[in-house]
Amino acid sequence: MNVVQSVDSVALLPAYLAAGTAVLVLVTDLLLARPRATVVVAALGALGTAVGAALVGAGGERRTFCVGPDCSWIFGGRAALVGAVVALLTLGVLALSVPALRAGRSPVGEYCFLLACSMTGGVVLGAAGDLITLIVALETLTLPLYVLVGLRRGSLASAEAAVTFFVVSVVATTLTLLGAALLYAVTGGLHLDRLGTLLAERPELRDLPLTTAAVALLVLGLAFKVAAVPFHAWAPATYDGAPLPVAAYLSTASKLGGVVALLAVVQRALPADQTGPVLALLAVLTMTVGNLVALRQRRTVRLLAWSSVAQAGYILAPLGALALAAGRTGEARDAAYAAAVAYTVFFVVLELAAFAGVTALRPAGADGGTLDDLRGAARRHPWRGAALGLALVGLAGLPPGLAGLFAKVTVVRALLDGGAAWLALVVAVNAVIGLAYYLRVTASLWAPATTPAPASALSGGAVAVPLVAVVAVVLAVATVAAVVLGVAPQLVLDLAGR
Amino acid sequence: MSFGQVLLIAVLALPALGAVAVAATPRDRAARLVGTVVAALTLLAAVSLVLGGRNWVAWSAGAPSVRPWHQLDLPWVPGLDLRFHLGVDGISWPLVVLTALLTLLCCAYTLWRVPTGGSGRALVALLLVVEVGILGTFLALDLVLFFLFFEVVLLPMYAIIAGWGGADRRRAARKFALYTLLGSVLLLVGVYVVVAAAGTADVVALTGGGGLSRGTQLAAFTLLALAFAVKSPLWPLHSWLPDAHTQAPTVGSVVLAGVLLKMGTYGLIRVAVGVAPEGARWAAPVLGVLAVAAILIGSLVCLAQDEVKRLIAYSSVGHMGFVLLGVATLTTTGIQAALIGNVAHGVITGLLFFLAGAVKDRTGTGSLSELSGLRETAPRLAGLLAFAAVASLGLPGLAGFWGEAFAVIAAIQVGGPLWTTLGVLAALGGALTAAYFLRLLRRVTHGRPSSAVGRVGPGLAGAELTAWAPLVLLALAIGLAPALVLGVAEAPVDALVGVVFP
Repeated sequence: MNVVQSVDSVALLPAYLAAGTAVLVLVTDLLLARPRATVVVAALGALGTAVGAALVGAGGERRTFCVGPDCSWIFGGRAALVGAVVALLTLGVLALSVPALRAGRSPVGEYCFLLACSMTGGVVLGAAGDLITLIVALETLTLPLYVLVGLRRGSLASAEAAVTFFVVSVVATTLTLLGAALLYAVTGGLHLDRLGTLLAERPELRDLPLTTAAVALLVLGLAFKVAAVPFHAWAPATYDGAPLPVAAYLSTASKLGGVVALLAVVQRALPADQTGPVLALLAVLTMTVGNLVALRQRRTVRLLAWSSVAQAGYILAPLGALALAAGRTGEARDAAYAAAVAYTVFFVVLELAAFAGVTALRPAGADGGTLDDLRGAARRHPWRGAALGLALVGLAGLPPGLAGLFAKVTVVRALLDGGAAWLALVVAVNAVIGLAYYLRVTASLWAPATTPAPASALSGGAVAVPLVAVVAVVLAVATVAAVVLGVAPQLVLDLAGR
Repeated sequence: MSFGQVLLIAVLALPALGAVAVAATPRDRAARLVGTVVAALTLLAAVSLVLGGRNWVAWSAGAPSVRPWHQLDLPWVPGLDLRFHLGVDGISWPLVVLTALLTLLCCAYTLWRVPTGGSGRALVALLLVVEVGILGTFLALDLVLFFLFFEVVLLPMYAIIAGWGGADRRRAARKFALYTLLGSVLLLVGVYVVVAAAGTADVVALTGGGGLSRGTQLAAFTLLALAFAVKSPLWPLHSWLPDAHTQAPTVGSVVLAGVLLKMGTYGLIRVAVGVAPEGARWAAPVLGVLAVAAILIGSLVCLAQDEVKRLIAYSSVGHMGFVLLGVATLTTTGIQAALIGNVAHGVITGLLFFLAGAVKDRTGTGSLSELSGLRETAPRLAGLLAFAAVASLGLPGLAGFWGEAFAVIAAIQVGGPLWTTLGVLAALGGALTAAYFLRLLRRVTHGRPSSAVGRVGPGLAGAELTAWAPLVLLALAIGLAPALVLGVAEAPVDALVGVVFP
């Protein structure tokens, strides 16, 4: 066996760019100590990472760190999509953070460095080819977030949120690692594709109780990361306590990371007949509980948090089709994976637009506030209100938010192709429950303010909120992206199917 | 691109661009004027669809059973089997024209009076968006596109009710949105049950079953029929309707009752029966029983109503019951009765809601106990109300007659104990319809003027007459010459019945 490995640096370019960004941000902060320069370096780095990921991905699949046929780094179409989306989300979140950073609520250098570190984890995650790379990448994505969540100076809620998030996340990682270790004990392999082939070729391995335990631990540990019910309890508290842009990052990039990790193990490593029923159950519970609890929320970010729990259920739903034999044929499986990826992409665009809208309608550095704080906001700020309204309606899956509608259609289609009509009906009924609260928020944006102006001026609600240019740009770009994807959803469907 | 294809595009693009133009026009009155002009142009385009390319040849074996006069077929999202496929034929054209006409009348009405709650500009823009959705639903020849347009209507209509409606508008609007979304999502699942089995969403190719298995057809028909039953609405899924119609502003009620409900019955005929004929044959008795239950229950509830708009709203439940009974018979007579019943109900109930709105605006109340003697103070308004009520109860010679009479006849013609009973009960429901409309007239127009009615002046505004006159004339014209609707619908209905009973 050759001891010296040849390393394909082109395949690793996106990871280099992302990690380089983090280092550069740290150095810039140390040497220049100018907040503006730090933010600009981080933004340029994120943009460069996105471009790099897209360029490398356009050139076909590249593999490196290979042992025989098994590789730890596989940079193909999906890795490029994930890398580019994570980098762009980081860029968007960075821009949303500008008002809060200007207000001096968080230290700029640390904030940008941690965000860039997290981005590195996301970029690596998409290309991970073995369980160790996958879990380390996922942790690199998550670890900086523990600090970011608690980085708001003098906020008790923020510190509480950070601790909740930390404890739950560490437990989840432990479960995942234990699952990986047991799987290694059974099969002697850690590469995803190798595990997949081994378990497919040797049915006697699949029947071992140890394998079942390993599969369950692995899937459940990753389900924590996407905040699937019953492993969701951390999400609302964490989102609500975190600074608004970090909550946006948690519910978009971090969730995307969880989905990608789950998809990687389900698609490539684990036997579908074992993961399918678990995922179907998780999906049903997640969307139903998420939607029902969201109905009762009075705080904006908590509502968005619960709704994003429900959305995680829709993302998992197509994978639930694997529970049935009809859903395990090659074609139906590919459709299910593609649908989950496509839904995630539609979702993160709309979710980023929603968070950008809330940020734009709230005073600089403020948290999400209550729904009453947003009451009548669209009457005071028609454009921002309309953009937020469009994003919320899109999340509910209705025209004019066509992107969200096509996302739901993709999921329902994949489920029916897999013969899981019952799950499609559950998705459909949940869409109705979801509309109830999305509609309440959206309608209240245009509702006449009931409280007299002075009273709400105290709470910072009804006064005109000055718009920060970068936030406006993020909101505009996310809205335009949502509209374009609504007219041409085939773009996402093509990318997701690769 | 042929003339017909340009027209098809124009029918959808005009109101869509018009809505944008209205929203962008800074002055409120100018914006409403722009909206009215756009709606008029849309009506012109919709009427012109009848020109050229029509195929009068009767249906024959082997030919596709849906033969549009004009069609336009462009790819959109191949990954979801979605094509931008539009077409118009004798089943959809009368409804397209009705939609364009009622929207125009509503826009013209808002020139004169904007209901309280928001700007007239926004209301007209929303009306035009609703028009795009309804017209798109009637024109779509692709199941997924049909679903898409079906959904487009939901939020603008919600906004119209929630923004410009009566005292209890928020609850009514939410109920409307959630109920109809439930219908839409069932439609989505039903559509993809069909698409997953057949591999295409093309209505032309699918009509007649398209080789779908019996199980698929039964599942698809159940889902689709439930979806359309919510929209139509069919008892017992109707409970959103009275609230929404009562709380909506006048123009909202007119569009809701006039054409929005027709999306359900049209969908039932074109999509549910057309795509899953075996399922339709299987479910016809259930549908018939529910339809007759709707007729009877709707009529009985109307007899006990004390609010004008609510009474008219419940009368819609009964009338749509007749339409659904016609569809359920699955005969040429029955489906033709359903089509003409659809159009007649749109015209007459549109007129009734305009008149009820006028009465409420003038007197400030809609309660029957506070209204009486309208003919003493406002004889013209009372006369028009009497005309509309009589047309609605199905007096021969007016539009309402054909749909009700032929639905009953079709049920009797099908024969057998079940359908004969249903026919007899439906006829009884027709008598009840007469009873509650006459009760309405007796309470509102006759007697001594109540204090609320005493203040009403005799005159009618020019805008009101302009908005009502076309509906009065149409109610007469369709009553005297039903061939206006039935002539164009005959060939496609024959073709449809031909595939249901091959």
